[in-house]
Amino acid sequence: MSQRRIAKRFAAAGESKLLIPYITAGDPDLETTLALMHTLVKAGADVIELGIPFSDPMADGPVIQAACERALKNKVSLVQVMETVKRFRETDNDTAVVLMGYMNPVERLGYAKFAELAAQAGVDGVLTVDMPPEEAAELVEELSSRELDCVFLLSPTTPDARMQQVFNMASGYIYYVSLKGVTGAANLDTDAVATKVEHIKSQTSIPVAVGFGIRDAASAAAISQAADGVVVGSVLVSIVGEHGQDKDTMHKTLFDMVNGMRLAMDDIQVTA
Amino acid sequence: MNTATKPADAPAIGSMSDNYPDKNGHFGIYGGSFIAETLMDPVSELQEAYEHYRKDPEFIAEFEWELKNFVGRPNPLYHARRWSDEGEGAQIWLKREDLNHTGAHKINNTVGQALLARRMGKKRIIAETGAGQHGVATATVCARWGMECIVYMGEEDIVRQAPNVFRMKLLGAEVVPVISGSKTLKDALNEAMRDWVGNVDDTFYIIGTAAGPHPYPTMVRDFNSVIGREIKMQSMEHMGKLPDMVVACVGGGSNAIGAFHPFLDDKDVRLVGVEAGGDGLETGRHAAPLSAGKPGVLHGNRTYLMEDDDGQIIETHSVSAGLDYPGVGPEHAWLKDIGRCEYVAATDTEALDATHKLCRIEGIIPALESAHALAYAAKIAPDMSPDINIVVNLSGRGDKDINTLADIAGITL
Ligand SMILES: Cc1ncc(COP(=O)(O)O)c(C=O)c1O
Repeated sequence: MSQRRIAKRFAAAGESKLLIPYITAGDPDLETTLALMHTLVKAGADVIELGIPFSDPMADGPVIQAACERALKNKVSLVQVMETVKRFRETDNDTAVVLMGYMNPVERLGYAKFAELAAQAGVDGVLTVDMPPEEAAELVEELSSRELDCVFLLSPTTPDARMQQVFNMASGYIYYVSLKGVTGAANLDTDAVATKVEHIKSQTSIPVAVGFGIRDAASAAAISQAADGVVVGSVLVSIVGEHGQDKDTMHKTLFDMVNGMRLAMDDIQVTA
Repeated sequence: MNTATKPADAPAIGSMSDNYPDKNGHFGIYGGSFIAETLMDPVSELQEAYEHYRKDPEFIAEFEWELKNFVGRPNPLYHARRWSDEGEGAQIWLKREDLNHTGAHKINNTVGQALLARRMGKKRIIAETGAGQHGVATATVCARWGMECIVYMGEEDIVRQAPNVFRMKLLGAEVVPVISGSKTLKDALNEAMRDWVGNVDDTFYIIGTAAGPHPYPTMVRDFNSVIGREIKMQSMEHMGKLPDMVVACVGGGSNAIGAFHPFLDDKDVRLVGVEAGGDGLETGRHAAPLSAGKPGVLHGNRTYLMEDDDGQIIETHSVSAGLDYPGVGPEHAWLKDIGRCEYVAATDTEALDATHKLCRIEGIIPALESAHALAYAAKIAPDMSPDINIVVNLSGRGDKDINTLADIAGITL
């Protein structure tokens, strides 16, 4: 088996940090999602987190809730999301794709079938928000046996004792949630994040990406000084939501935002 | 447990069948803690606190004192003689949770959780509510102990249950309308969870039913088990034996599990949970996950859910806001699978008929939720022998529902 895509991206990054944009699949439809994925790559994405729409996104703020509602209007399913990844893979074999979502659609499909379809589609990793390591053994087993990475969250409230448990199960990268809150919250404290990420990195060799609260080039650049990767979600999803009717503007605005982050992150690397 | 003991001598919290759940909150394959990482720490803090205080004699004594002096327990087990006579079948007994302070069983749980919140030093309380009974019960204990109270309530339920919204406000609570999703109870729960994630340091989330992540299903069950313990004792007093059947409505399942749990080891007592059949199970427009749903994961636990083929939660339908929930407590899911409890459904129409009948022949206005349990008892009692005793848990009073009843009758109040 060749090296996994996520690991490859981290290995190839050198001094640069990974840019990991999130969009909700099927918002407003899957054709648009596929096109947006390519735009994200052009703008400098290393990994794409593709949200699986869910009716009850408990850990998400209003922006991603609305995206889920838009996607579910067309009854976008988990299987269709994976088919979209398969189509993305027809022309892109380098950008890693991580599916991010909630447990119930996965439960409904069945762990083994989900893992099988994900692997066939060219998915690289899976992050289920409401599945802590304590409940995850079976799913991790199914995913790992197919060379899929299992991304887990750490948060400001995670005590050291539990961190070890997360390290034991996680692969690909650790997703450090930068703040106590749902996605789209605005109370980001860069210094506190840096301290915490350093603490995490002193205990594990798994790369650490930071997400929640990153909304512009400046915050992306600031976070990228401490972390191995920067996850950006709500600000991108709101661009998609805002320009739903006007695809050209949607792509251009999204490109500018993500590329602006890319440039700012890389600049900082150079001057630092 | 000696069924004849006085309640004061009985263990107050966590009575029987204590081997379930396991230490991670699993009832068989159900239950557990399916929550975002940020909530894992406050939830385990809660697990530890509850594990400690449920065995603490002082805590138990204070809980009992509050149940007696603030809630007004024990409430009666009342022989509905006219109803029983009219059916010419089994005897129907009503466990009068409607006579509790605030008018429903919900206060048993909020008193327990508020006492726990106080001991944990949490001063900001959040809750979700559907019918508004849990919201009122939470606002009540917050007023009683001087705690800040924020209640999330679906916009649709705010309309259906207007009197309870006003009661909460009178009691000093802030009622936050929830406009996401189906704008009912499940969405209120989502919103409360989101609030909790953002305020973990000072906030205690009082969940109103036997669902949510571990330890909630166990804790809510334990605080409500006083219902079943009193039924046991009062049955011995009035019937000289245990009842043949205990019937309770099931929304999230808190009044039912409270009534059932002390009877789990009494295998001769049939335990029947009645879900909301809405327009009828065959129409798909109902709120009966145990009768017509599938296992899945929602709101922190694995349980039976109303969902579509893609695993999306679907909208539920019930005339009673308090039963309008697509999930159910995980212990019920397990009790269904192992066959210890039976689960059936009563339609809106059956529940409404039972409501009117209880008003007319017993002089009691039941909550629409409780009327589902009554409807089932009314259906089966006439075919049973008069020496059979059925206890119906009358989980709440119906004053909150008068607008709904008037609407259905085409009357503007
Ligand atoms: C009177 C009454 N009974 C029953 C219920 C349903 O909840 P549970 O199934 O948790 O008892 C409610 C919920 O609001 C209620 O108000």
